[in-house]
Amino acid sequence: MEVQMKDVTMQFNNITAVDRMNVTIEDGELVSMLGPSGCGKSTTLFMLAGLYKPTAGEIFFGDRLVNKIEPEHREIGMVFQNYALYPHLSVLKNIMFPLKMRKVSKGEAEELAREMAKLVQIDHLLDRKPGQLSGGQQQRVAIARALVKKPKILLLDEPLSNLDARLRLEMREEIRRIQQEVKITTIFVTHDQEEAMSISDKILLMKDGKFQQFCPPQEMYDHPENEFVASFLGSPPINLFPASLMDNLKDVSISGTNDVITLSSPLKEGMDPARQVTLGIRPEDFYIETDEKKQGILGKTIMVERIGRDNLLNVEVQNKTVRAIVSPDLRIERGDVVKLGILPERAHLFAVHTGENLLDSKLR
Amino acid sequence: MNDTPTIGKTLKALLYLAPALLIIGTFNIYPIIKSFLMSFYTDYDYFKDIVNERGLSNYSYIFQDPEFWLSMKNTMIFVIGVVPISIILSLGIAVLLNQKIKFRGFFRTVYFIPFVTSVVAVSIVWRWIFHTQYGLLNHFLGFFGVSPIKWLSDPQMAMPALIILAVWKGLGYNIIIFLAGLQNINQQYYLAAKIDGASSWQRFKNITVPLLSSTTFFISIISIINSFKVFDEVFALFGGQPGPANSAQTVVYYIFNKFYGEWDFGVASAAAYALFIVIFILTLVQLYVGKRKVNY
Ligand SMILES: Nc1ncnc2c1ncn2[C@@H]1O[C@H](COP(=O)(O)OP(=O)(O)OP(=O)(O)O)[C@@H](O)[C@H]1O
Ligand SMILES: [Mg+2]
Repeated sequence: MEVQMKDVTMQFNNITAVDRMNVTIEDGELVSMLGPSGCGKSTTLFMLAGLYKPTAGEIFFGDRLVNKIEPEHREIGMVFQNYALYPHLSVLKNIMFPLKMRKVSKGEAEELAREMAKLVQIDHLLDRKPGQLSGGQQQRVAIARALVKKPKILLLDEPLSNLDARLRLEMREEIRRIQQEVKITTIFVTHDQEEAMSISDKILLMKDGKFQQFCPPQEMYDHPENEFVASFLGSPPINLFPASLMDNLKDVSISGTNDVITLSSPLKEGMDPARQVTLGIRPEDFYIETDEKKQGILGKTIMVERIGRDNLLNVEVQNKTVRAIVSPDLRIERGDVVKLGILPERAHLFAVHTGENLLDSKLR
Repeated sequence: MNDTPTIGKTLKALLYLAPALLIIGTFNIYPIIKSFLMSFYTDYDYFKDIVNERGLSNYSYIFQDPEFWLSMKNTMIFVIGVVPISIILSLGIAVLLNQKIKFRGFFRTVYFIPFVTSVVAVSIVWRWIFHTQYGLLNHFLGFFGVSPIKWLSDPQMAMPALIILAVWKGLGYNIIIFLAGLQNINQQYYLAAKIDGASSWQRFKNITVPLLSSTTFFISIISIINSFKVFDEVFALFGGQPGPANSAQTVVYYIFNKFYGEWDFGVASAAAYALFIVIFILTLVQLYVGKRKVNY
């Protein structure tokens, strides 16, 4: 089912946990809600679930306004951060619980629960109590319990945060598989950007309760709306240089150096171009420029690290460390002065005050 | 702190424990043993403290004494009347008090007051509440067209009156324990149950009751034991009498009467041990049943 939030706001006393959120999630999409701790992810999820009532704005499921509808009647499934499996009930009874609440006959409920258990591959654990399961198994039970009543929307609040690295990897594939199998609109809260990048159709990025950007992961990575989005995604993180925009609106001079970079993308139209800007370059968008006459950023190599088939260079520019991932074909030693060239159309330019991306992404 | 016990340490510990042990020994352990032995004294000169004969005749006496059986029956009725009502009522109130309501602290205090007040003082008030002509309860029931009930003088009504008093008296303690139990239930289960479509009654039945079972179990054991030992409520409510026509005579009252009224120490001790055995067996049964029901 399509989920639409219109100016949704949640205020706790004097904290605005979510500030005028406007997002439309399409039917069958898997959306990751991403952002630093305390940015309002759980609060947003709880409002969608009906556990919190928004203080302003409207939430639509399809074309039904659900603001006043209790969670019991919203046709949603939810997996909590710590799973919240009923400790006194067996796995089977846990999965049957939502059906029992709907007065589905016992035989039918058991059949549906067994089917669901098979889907999440825990059908051999049905008689155990939640206390006797591992974290990954508990999570599957929680997913089965959330899915068994065939909800229209599945909400997951950091379901993987309690698992070890390998299990996390496995379980996120699992969630993706199940989601695609049942084709259910899914909203998945995480603060792990890599997790969000790898499984979602779209990412919804938030900061301090405010919407930042909502689009497919690759697009968000390549065309961040602002400096925060750019620096939140990517590991190692994007390199940021204080710089100023020259009068021709095409050349950027990096503060404190003689280096000038000519932008290969145009500025956004109708924009009053602030002259104080921040130039952002992702580590993998650098290369080693050997041509004397071409542009680049000069710096002294302070560390060379081989990572897989690439070299990670730490280069000192203006007393700051710039990270560059470059091809190892060119031998570079510690102490060498290198010129870092920028791949065409890979530079990002942000206004210093607003953090807004100044380059036109549509033409790129 | 997993040191092995040494003689020195044990002696030191004993030294610390000695004052308490001395008091418990004198006033608890010694009387328990003494009364056990006393229950076998069949011919006893208490002026000179000479035992002429020992035997089982005290026990055979009480088992043939209709008054003992009446006391036992009354006690049973009392327990069966008090325990379930008290548990259900205090659980209900605890659930209400656990909600986000105004003046919550005030209400909690109000419900706890009966527990900290003296039974004798409270019973005086209740004697007035139960008064046939001027009592509050009859006045209140009058609104519903119920004609005045002789709570304290009708043998049929004495036991219900006693049960009402005991339920009211026990409420505060049970509520506090239930509140503690309720607060131990993780709120997440209620959120999850809401999402799973459970109505508030279904949440109470499927989450609160089972997750509170160990608390309920504890309270039921404590209240059964306490109810079996009921005495001061009887004594104070009926002005030193075991109710009209012995209708509220309980086992402990019977023991008291044999001891102080008839100076028949042997019979009193035997009755006390009979009561002890009954409580002991019931508690064992409860523990057995509880172990199978209360675990998750
Ligand atoms: N019940 C509440 N009462 C008051 N403030 C709250 C409440 N719940 C959340 N907040 C505040 O709202 C803001 C957003 O909280 P929220 O739990 O949504 O963050 P989050 O993005 O889920 O963080 P995390 O990644 O740490 O789980 C925080 O500043 C938090 O302190
Ligand atoms: Mg959260």
